[in-house]
Amino acid sequence: MNGTIAALRRLEWERHAALVALLVLSVASALLSPFFLQWQNLLNIVRQVSYTGIIALGMTYIIVSGGIDLSVGSMAALVGSLAVLALDAAVGAGWPESAAVTVAVGCAVVAGLACGLVNGLLVTKGRIAPFIVTLGTMAIFRSLSLYMANAGEFRSDSSLFGELGSAAPMGVPVPAIVLVALAAALSFVFRRTRYGRYTRAVGSNARVARYSAIDVDATRLAAYTLTGLLVGVSAALIAMRFNSVGSSTLGINYELDAIAAVIIGGTAMTGGRGTIWGTVIGAITLGVINNMLNMVGISPYLQGTVKGLVIIGAVFIQRQRQ
Amino acid sequence: MVTPLVRARALRKEFAGHAVLRDVDVEMRRGEILGVIGENGAGKSTLVKILAGIHRPTSGTLELDGRPVAFASPADARHAGVSIVPQEFNLAADLSVEENVFLGAEVLTRRRTLDRTGMRARTAALLAELGANVTPDERIDRLSAAQKQLVEVCKALAFEASLLILDEPTTMLTRREIDRLFAVMRALRERGMSVVYVSHKLAEVKAICDRVIVLKDGELVRESAIADLSPPEMARAMVGRELREIFPPGRGEPGAVVLEVRGLSSPGAFHDVSFTARAGEIVGFAGLVGAGRTELAEAIMGLRPATGTVLVGGEDAPSRNAREAVRRGLGYLSEDRAGTGILPGFPIAENVTLVSLRDYCRLGAVVDRGKEGEKARTWRERFGIKAPDLDAPLESLSGGNQQKVSLAKTLDPAPRVVIVDEPTRGVDVAAKQEIYRFLADLAVRGAAIVLVSSELEEIIGMCDRVLVMREGTVAGELQGDAIGEREIMYLATGLQTAGAIA
Repeated sequence: MNGTIAALRRLEWERHAALVALLVLSVASALLSPFFLQWQNLLNIVRQVSYTGIIALGMTYIIVSGGIDLSVGSMAALVGSLAVLALDAAVGAGWPESAAVTVAVGCAVVAGLACGLVNGLLVTKGRIAPFIVTLGTMAIFRSLSLYMANAGEFRSDSSLFGELGSAAPMGVPVPAIVLVALAAALSFVFRRTRYGRYTRAVGSNARVARYSAIDVDATRLAAYTLTGLLVGVSAALIAMRFNSVGSSTLGINYELDAIAAVIIGGTAMTGGRGTIWGTVIGAITLGVINNMLNMVGISPYLQGTVKGLVIIGAVFIQRQRQ
Repeated sequence: MVTPLVRARALRKEFAGHAVLRDVDVEMRRGEILGVIGENGAGKSTLVKILAGIHRPTSGTLELDGRPVAFASPADARHAGVSIVPQEFNLAADLSVEENVFLGAEVLTRRRTLDRTGMRARTAALLAELGANVTPDERIDRLSAAQKQLVEVCKALAFEASLLILDEPTTMLTRREIDRLFAVMRALRERGMSVVYVSHKLAEVKAICDRVIVLKDGELVRESAIADLSPPEMARAMVGRELREIFPPGRGEPGAVVLEVRGLSSPGAFHDVSFTARAGEIVGFAGLVGAGRTELAEAIMGLRPATGTVLVGGEDAPSRNAREAVRRGLGYLSEDRAGTGILPGFPIAENVTLVSLRDYCRLGAVVDRGKEGEKARTWRERFGIKAPDLDAPLESLSGGNQQKVSLAKTLDPAPRVVIVDEPTRGVDVAAKQEIYRFLADLAVRGAAIVLVSSELEEIIGMCDRVLVMREGTVAGELQGDAIGEREIMYLATGLQTAGAIA
């Protein structure tokens, strides 16, 4: 029984380390600025981090399985562009607005899923290193969206679409609700299902997994496809927020923010272990840092420096713990 | 009285509050070979890892040459003259022999560049001294296990070492290579060096050591000059009870054919192999390392492309991957526990169900952790796995207990055919006996067992029938009383051998 308690403590600490860091940061922010704890400000932070946070959930699966996906930002631009094109086409064809919006969201999700599937197939069937594959598709996805928009932006013809982007039932922004709901579902899948177990096993040692009759390729493929789907969801939400998609601006640096959130959340870059809620905390931590720096009036150009230090610091602390 | 080279007082090591070494006092004299024996988990590796600076003791003191020392790292210990050849090699596969020997301690010229000439000459001299048939610029991944081991010894000797620790050095070696290693150890002793020799092989300990200490449950239970202790007495001291017949008694007549392999070939590994295994039968695969036995096992499990027919229970359905093989009732314990067997960072329970996880799922996907834990407890009881906490990571267990978990993982889906590849590698006598009993038990319950082993004793003691492989083909088959060392070695090498080869 003592052993069980000891094991629980070990597990909890992994998750709580990121949470403690976030609380310390929040207390510091609250002391530095009285506005920090205002409801509106907090909701703003959560909304801002939701878009990359949703992507980071999938990134957690990929990194735990031993891979990486650098293409998510470009993918968001491409998928978002396609969604707005579909939306405008539907509106132009005289469809009711609600149907057009449904088509747009569906288009984003399906296109994202397809893009993720391409990444996954190249990694598994093509036997190419994930870093190389997604470096390539990162360039391809961005270039395709720039070409389609002629480096400009796609504006939505639907007002309902844009209204949904700023909708906040009971004061909570839609993206935040989506993030929390997806995190809850994906955390359950990660911790409690066979697929979640296999993801960790494959990332821990792919050869052991293969010898243990686990379908390594299918497990990895699923992680990339899931991430593609989540990029679709995220891209649809951003497109709603701006009621347009800028082919050269949407999704810039999303891959870095998503990876940073996963790492700050305590997931091992080498694969094999991590937590979904840790990633959510990691994403919020990044948001709080930005928010604090804005309020204190530090140059936005320095935000990257602070973000970088936090990422390195988080990994450093994990290293010490081992 | 002369100061001993090393004096350890009340050494104690705890992992997560669990003591694996309990207040051990031990001395190492100059110019002696000290044997360290004990069961799995007795604390042998922990003791030598403390000496070599890999672990730090929880309490206790260490003196080298009469001066107290506290090694912070293996490099620290190496500077002080204590070097270890670990059980699992620690060599960079892509680097050359010379680069490995001086890795982390490169010799520089006055211009601060690498003194390659000097290092190469020193490496060549050391290799020659050890009688190693290797050149300094060969790449590590081109070497055999025995050659790698000599490189490790070289690495240990490249610096003025006064104490050399060898942790289970002979598990991967042939008889001739072992003799060579022993000659090297004796030569080092002549030069005044001390050697610590950790081993499960009691006959070897008797042959090479001057003195022996016996560890049991983390305590030093016996210390004696080698002349005063026979191998059976060592075994008794290790387990604290009499070891009777190590192999289980014979079983009844085998039943129907469960596994039939016809004309199986895999290019570059083995060619045209055919055999059958019946329910309740143990079929052995003997042969030299590299004869294609492991590759054959992998091909049957769908882990390696092959042509030919594999019938399980009369049904012909080729396995393209391990999942299909498991579904058809095949189970495989691989020879490389760390590389393909277990996940050391995963809890014991999750390792046990790695292959059979599907059976613990509700709605085909959600893992029933209660059921999983219950099954893990059953296996712990059945195999006598020493583990207080099933949620603890597997790496906290000793090698023998990890092997039992690995075997539990293989057997959990209840396979009809169990292929075990070197099931007792690096495992002590008592655990060996247990594993033999489990395998015999399985056969009695109606499984067909295919035992791949390089230990002739094991093949002879366990098998009803033995196929001997040589250079990728089956050189011959032996049955009943015809199974003997000479017969097997004759088939394995194609040469008539003079003496018995253990």
